[in-house]
Amino acid sequence: MASRGIRDRVAIVGMGCTPFGELWDKSVDDLLTDATVECVASAGISLDDVDAFWLGTMGSGLSGLTLTKPMKLDYKPVTHVENFCATGSEAFRNACYAVASGAYDVAMAVGMEKLKDSGYSGLTGIRQVGDGTLAGLSSPAVFSLLVPAYAHKYGVDPDELKSVLTRIAWKNHRNGAVNPRAQFQKEVSMEKIAASPLVAGQLGVFDCSGVSDGAAAVVVCRTEDAHRYTDTPLYVKGLSFVAGPGAGIIDPEYDYTSFEEVVRSAADAYQQAGITDPRAQLAMAEVHDCFTPTELVLMEDLGFAERGTAWKEVLAGTFDRDGELPVNPDGGLKSFGHPIGASGLRMLFECWLQLRQQAPPERQIATVGEGGRTLGLTHNLGGGPGECVSFVGVVGSEPTD
Amino acid sequence: MAAGIVSWGVYLPYWRLDRGAIGAAFGTSSGKGTRAVASYDEDTTTLGVEAARRALAVAGAPVPADLYFSTPAPAYLDKTNATTIHAALGLPPTAGAYDLCGSVRSGWATLNLSALSGEQRPAMAVIADLRTGLAGGAEESQAGDGAVAFVFAPEGGVAEVIGQASATDEFLERWRVPGETASRQWEDRFGEEAYLPAARAAFDDALEEAGLEAGDVDHLVIAGLHSRAVGSLRKELSVTAERLAPDYGPRIGNLGAAQAGLGLADVLERATPGQVVVVLELADGADAMVLRTTDDLVAVQEARRQSGGPSVAELADGGRSDLPYAVFLTWRGHLRREPPRRPDPERPDAPAMLRNEGWKFGFSASRCEACGFVHLPPTRVCLSCRAVDKMTPLRLADARGTVATFTVDRLAFSLSPPMVGAVIDFDGGGRYRGEMTDVDPAAVSIGTRVAMTFRRLYTAEGVHNYFWKARPVSEGAGAPDEHAAPADARKKERA
Repeated sequence: MASRGIRDRVAIVGMGCTPFGELWDKSVDDLLTDATVECVASAGISLDDVDAFWLGTMGSGLSGLTLTKPMKLDYKPVTHVENFCATGSEAFRNACYAVASGAYDVAMAVGMEKLKDSGYSGLTGIRQVGDGTLAGLSSPAVFSLLVPAYAHKYGVDPDELKSVLTRIAWKNHRNGAVNPRAQFQKEVSMEKIAASPLVAGQLGVFDCSGVSDGAAAVVVCRTEDAHRYTDTPLYVKGLSFVAGPGAGIIDPEYDYTSFEEVVRSAADAYQQAGITDPRAQLAMAEVHDCFTPTELVLMEDLGFAERGTAWKEVLAGTFDRDGELPVNPDGGLKSFGHPIGASGLRMLFECWLQLRQQAPPERQIATVGEGGRTLGLTHNLGGGPGECVSFVGVVGSEPTD
Repeated sequence: MAAGIVSWGVYLPYWRLDRGAIGAAFGTSSGKGTRAVASYDEDTTTLGVEAARRALAVAGAPVPADLYFSTPAPAYLDKTNATTIHAALGLPPTAGAYDLCGSVRSGWATLNLSALSGEQRPAMAVIADLRTGLAGGAEESQAGDGAVAFVFAPEGGVAEVIGQASATDEFLERWRVPGETASRQWEDRFGEEAYLPAARAAFDDALEEAGLEAGDVDHLVIAGLHSRAVGSLRKELSVTAERLAPDYGPRIGNLGAAQAGLGLADVLERATPGQVVVVLELADGADAMVLRTTDDLVAVQEARRQSGGPSVAELADGGRSDLPYAVFLTWRGHLRREPPRRPDPERPDAPAMLRNEGWKFGFSASRCEACGFVHLPPTRVCLSCRAVDKMTPLRLADARGTVATFTVDRLAFSLSPPMVGAVIDFDGGGRYRGEMTDVDPAAVSIGTRVAMTFRRLYTAEGVHNYFWKARPVSEGAGAPDEHAAPADARKKERA
């Protein structure tokens, strides 16, 4: 048994990402068209040049026909992928393995979700009635379970912890404010965030990610072919995905202050990528900030902060865009929005811009270039504390020596 | 060893409606005191389950061979409600379960039938009522919700039936057509005229059958929804005032079909051996039962205290009375409150409910025979040691637990938002994430102690979705738990 990875064997040569938001004027077909057309254009190719497709959507379509019909693809293989909120990253992971294996030369992963046609402001999920015994807690409620547990374990005053969560939302809104593709392009004051109406537990409206429509796409090929398409590819350093056994939800040993699935997938991805000190080696991280306490806990699970200290690091600004390790410089799920199937590829899109120093100057991070760092991390989590799937990917702008 | 009642249990819901709140809403006077109110997630079936659990929690209570359930407000027609109670109690399939539903008087039939049946093999009577009435009316303010359960057995009876009599009469006094939530009543004075002769006859005949006279009666319980007739009889029957069972109506209201049982339970909790108890119920005529307590009463009274089961007096004193009248009206379907903007819940699947009967209705987990790990819901593969199909069912409905973390969910669909969610670790193993009920959201914290209670989560497409929720319990010394959970006595007995 081994997780060997495919370090540097696959390159990203083109990407596209639609603006995210309440796109009442965009259909599923429109979103797929916008993302894939931008993506192939950035690689200087046409859709005809793509050999195989992986389509990630959790609930906005079934089967490969969801992609082939609007794009009029000519009898191409299209795999529909679903893995909760890690759906987009899962499409990307499988497309990478397809070209690494030699089965195809050029593959595309597309992530898309159309959430806003449901008529509800939050996620509505899929039918899982069965015997009727599943507790009907909403997503924010499930993640809010982290808050009292974290406060209790580390002796953090609940009001202080609330201000930590508020600062996470404030930071991500601040980043999204300078991102023309983000759903919410506005800074929000800490006072307003802290005073927002409660949704679940200590979480207010501003502690929740934006529910939105959107799509993103990436083209990958084997590294030796990358320079046919671009002078500045990104290289895939590590890809890890784990689905947990649902231990925490039934095991009293679990204390609701960590995601074991994230710890495991991070260790695997770091090992594949040769990362030993993520906080010092990564130029940036795009993490799954579905709710503010998720981002807090992820800082520890991903090894960016010691256990029980992330709340202090947040207050110290460590993860601000101009901090030691910028986290979610594009605004994150919080501000960029969270169309489920698209989010993993939206994170990759920010790495694509930042690591190649093509982000707008007002949000270009300083850790790359003269900052000397070349690696970016993307992370998705689907499910909730105690029972989830987790993806951690590492990409870099330089091949390993 | 006498045949008769061997155990009993009473359940009153957590909520009380202050009658003053009704008057405040209508700008009228609505009387003093409170009434017991079933919560939004309770119906007569769940009320009955809780009363029955208390009756069976008493050490030495036998497993009933037959269960008879009665209510004038059944959750289902055609489908038997007693089978739901049977499943929630985890009774063996060989135990019968039957409804006697519809009229208030069917509650008496249930008591009678159980007493007769109990002479042969253990039988349980479960009687529940949930009374609503029209907004602002007398029934709304004066009635109450609750349930009682009595176990009868061939031996070990603490009260044996020594006389009974009926006086049946057909007269239109109180009625309700199916589908209506409020009953209608003929003029009050007519009802009194109709009831009094029947009540006198039943009372006298029952005593005569027992070979006793009114002066021999130590405890008299008079039940009936016709309060004017009941009041007259309390004065008229030749029993001194101190021998009249207390009227808890001012605090909990009149429990309708369960009222006679409530009075009998209260008497059994206070009586001494060798006393004569008469229960008289006015419903479409009158019925009377004469019982004599036995020497076994003292031991069962003690066993009940040991089981943590609250007394009727304690229950009547308990409860939470800050229920807003508008919330009460919403729960009873009289006020259509805007629901959270979430999809409506869907009905559960019948095959899945049957496959998972032990879990859904009995809150039965699976315990790994190889390593002891407890799984909720039950699974075939062990999380801890990965053993496959080495599981033993483990009923946790009666276990206590502790809140590991919690939330107040203001987004989730609930018939009475917000939903309180909690992660619960059970004493002796097992973790479950679910809903809490009968809870003040502000009072929940890590470490809160809970017990499980059988509830109706919601109703969709005419299907009642029953399952278990957690409710806080106080376990401090000298603090009787108003909602006390059963002890493990019966579980041990069955094991």
